[in-house]
Amino acid sequence: MQEMIKERVLTLINEGAADRVLAWETGEFFYDRTPKFFDKNNVNDLKYDSFCGANVTKYLIAEMPKEGKTIVLVKPCDSYSLNQLCTEHRVNREKVYALGVGCRGKIDVEKLRTMGIKGITAITEEGDTLTVSTLYGEKKVARKDALLDKCLCCKGKEHKGVDEVIGDSEETSVGDKFEMVAKLEAMTPDERFEFWRGELSKCIRCNACRNVCPACSCIKCVFDNPKSGVDNKAAADDFEENMFHIIRAYHVAGRCTDCGECSRVCPQGIPLHLLNRKMIKDINELYGDYQAGAEIGQRHPLTDYTLSDDEPSVVHERGGANA
Amino acid sequence: MKKLSLNALNRFFGEIAEKQTLIAPIERAGQVDFGVWSESETVRLDVLKTVKSAKGAFFPQVEDMVRFHMQGKNIEINPSEVMNEDFVIFGVRACDARSFDLLDRVFLSDPVDPFYAARRAHGTVVTLACNEPEETCFCSNFGIDAAEPAGDVSAWIVGEELYLRANTEKGETLIKDLEDAAEDAAEETKKAIRAVTEQLPFASLNLEGFDGEHLMEKFNDPAWAELSRACLGCGTCTFVCPTCQCYDVRDFDSGNGIQRYRCWDSCMFSDFTLMAHGTNRPTQVERFRQRFMHKLVYFPSNNDGLYSCVGCGRCLSKCPQGLNIVKVIKALGGDK
Amino acid sequence: MQDNIIPMLGVVTAIRTDTPDIKTFRVEAVGGGKCFEHMPGQCAMLSIPGVGEAMFSITSSPTVKDYQEFSIKKCGCVTEWLHQMEVDQQITIRGPYGKPFPVDDELLGKDLLFIAGGVGLAPLHSVINYVLDNREKYGKVDIVYGSRSKEDLLDLPEIESSWMDPKSEMNVHLTIDRPQDNWDGHVAFVPTYVKELEFTPDRTVLVCGPPIMIKFVLQALTELGFEKTQIYTTMELRMKCGVGKCGRCNIGDKYVCKDGPVFRFDELGELPAEY
Repeated sequence: MQEMIKERVLTLINEGAADRVLAWETGEFFYDRTPKFFDKNNVNDLKYDSFCGANVTKYLIAEMPKEGKTIVLVKPCDSYSLNQLCTEHRVNREKVYALGVGCRGKIDVEKLRTMGIKGITAITEEGDTLTVSTLYGEKKVARKDALLDKCLCCKGKEHKGVDEVIGDSEETSVGDKFEMVAKLEAMTPDERFEFWRGELSKCIRCNACRNVCPACSCIKCVFDNPKSGVDNKAAADDFEENMFHIIRAYHVAGRCTDCGECSRVCPQGIPLHLLNRKMIKDINELYGDYQAGAEIGQRHPLTDYTLSDDEPSVVHERGGANA
Repeated sequence: MKKLSLNALNRFFGEIAEKQTLIAPIERAGQVDFGVWSESETVRLDVLKTVKSAKGAFFPQVEDMVRFHMQGKNIEINPSEVMNEDFVIFGVRACDARSFDLLDRVFLSDPVDPFYAARRAHGTVVTLACNEPEETCFCSNFGIDAAEPAGDVSAWIVGEELYLRANTEKGETLIKDLEDAAEDAAEETKKAIRAVTEQLPFASLNLEGFDGEHLMEKFNDPAWAELSRACLGCGTCTFVCPTCQCYDVRDFDSGNGIQRYRCWDSCMFSDFTLMAHGTNRPTQVERFRQRFMHKLVYFPSNNDGLYSCVGCGRCLSKCPQGLNIVKVIKALGGDK
Repeated sequence: MQDNIIPMLGVVTAIRTDTPDIKTFRVEAVGGGKCFEHMPGQCAMLSIPGVGEAMFSITSSPTVKDYQEFSIKKCGCVTEWLHQMEVDQQITIRGPYGKPFPVDDELLGKDLLFIAGGVGLAPLHSVINYVLDNREKYGKVDIVYGSRSKEDLLDLPEIESSWMDPKSEMNVHLTIDRPQDNWDGHVAFVPTYVKELEFTPDRTVLVCGPPIMIKFVLQALTELGFEKTQIYTTMELRMKCGVGKCGRCNIGDKYVCKDGPVFRFDELGELPAEY
């Protein structure tokens, strides 16, 4: 698929349909991928394979003032982020050529490490099995056990609103994406508090979740404002970290496409996407199913008032208009 | 040399913990990191890279410095106590152990930092050799031997036994009651470790030109712009790094006085050098460059050629976008 | 033991309004006297707990026995707070930090030229008064000082009564950027005025002001034949610790708080231009 992509990109550039392409390059290891802009001179270094889990669409924002058109490689899940960025006028769709690329789920090397696999030197894929070569011998791992969490509850393999699609995709979802949210909802408040305290107290406040998030596209973030009173780096009290993540979840509510980048990048392994997914679940239950980024120009339920809307604080939780 | 059966490790930990705080790599919420040991915790000596480095034992993520009470136009100043209890940190790897030497260069140089100095004085460091180095390890470039970690006590796991050797008086006191063992009991293990480290992909990086003499040349290298382009400007690399020691000083209104504390900070953040009239590092290119120039050029220039990197490889596995110091060394070092 | 990073108490015993946006604060230890001794060019961290802490150069000369003064321009959170406070307010203070101007070695016996713009006079003020109080130890002294307008000239009463007093044996050259009604003095930007005054390149120069002014002053001095080794300046960067550890004011292999803030221009030339 990689070669087909390169060929198509080169054709598009040579035909004058685009000037550059935003994709991935190989880093220091066979498995690390860095988002990168290529032109026709170095497009040969473009990489697309099972390790391209990163969503590159946010890099388009900085590209907008430049002349010309940018091809962006989008996996099905990334296409939602692109649409949402266009809806929010952060990306001008006319300056982008969205090239959908097939996806059968992306491998999470950290997951292999968590399994105790050390010194990974190569991974070969055969069907549903990965053969992991290491400094200490070979290991076989089921492919689905090594996929990024976001791939295990994927929104489906249909690219939304792209200009064309190259390559085939394969379903990777293994269950209901709200399963964990439902589990958390079923906990007692104390249990739930305990769960989130355990997770969020690991936060080192590196801001990777915010900086990678395509919905966090404010030019100046409220947390970067020293006068806001909430700009703490590492806070005096780690309880404050809860606030950072909760405020962030509220800020992206209705706009989060559930791309899963926040959890992918968290160096502390905090399942941050669960906060956003809880918002999505609530929105779905209150206003009907809604998927941010499914198309350009949607108004999300939290900014789109209709007379029949539930009033969540009155109707939903408290069980009646006058409760 | 002393020895201890791995089965008896928890009992040994219990004995230490009776007298002083014991910090060890423990598993919590799916992650292995240094934390305070208690009997109910799971110690993971098999995990090489704790998610954060061991530096927090001496330079905590957050540390209170002083508390102020304001009354009208008057202020009462109450400095925080420095650490005054002994503690042991167990299972520090050779790379992290070296990072303490580098942190010493900063915090123990004149004027001595009282908070850090007290923690160093009260801490006993027990290191552990790396039986299975990972592909992301490159400590050998900095003269670190993963088979011979420093610290007050060095330890090796050989089969079902833990062998320990005291290197200092503090270390001697800690392990004096353990069973004696042959001095060469860990030699085979050391050999095996060295055989692996030699084979690692980044066993010999070309660091030529990373010194004070080439400061301006490295600073002005055009490669920085492209190298930093994918950088998110987050603090992941900084916060998992054992040698990054920049800090911020902040005030927090506790409701019962103003708590002034310091916390880890990152030169990757946009507000790091921000003043009322602007910042001297306006884009991520300058911030990214600062972090690596500091580690590879500025620090060695001030510290007898010592690099401020220990090759632990945490930034290699943790950067969300696959950027790291090895990439920088390759792009700007002797092999460029 | 914790003196180097834990502050002590200071009391603001006098506040003088110098210009529309600059005030001078007199700080003494609780119970009177100076909080600590310093040398010209050194700085101190002033703070109001809960608002923040910031580094300021000490404006008064070490020869002043009873207090220290800070001329501070209102431009950020801490300075805004300082500007609205009243006399007798306690603040916290720690210092002195940094390397002073070499008043007791390299500058001894030299003909001196001070060039300042706006609030840039603040750090030089300390040196000028130190020189004045040890007048016999130095040669000729010229001071070129300019500001946007007459109202923005810092310390004008003191300049007129003390520095311009013939007994001081100092030549003061004042200038403002644009002509105005109550001003019959010189009108020009500082760098232009420096060129017009045709100083001979046998002076040792101390310059401080906005970065753009420093840039053009340096150009003017070069044209007049000055070498970089003859020119000193003092720098300002974000600082937190004051002792070369927090990393904020790091430029190249120097820390401005510890290795500076006073630098000679040839030293600056060896550093990345990140200031």
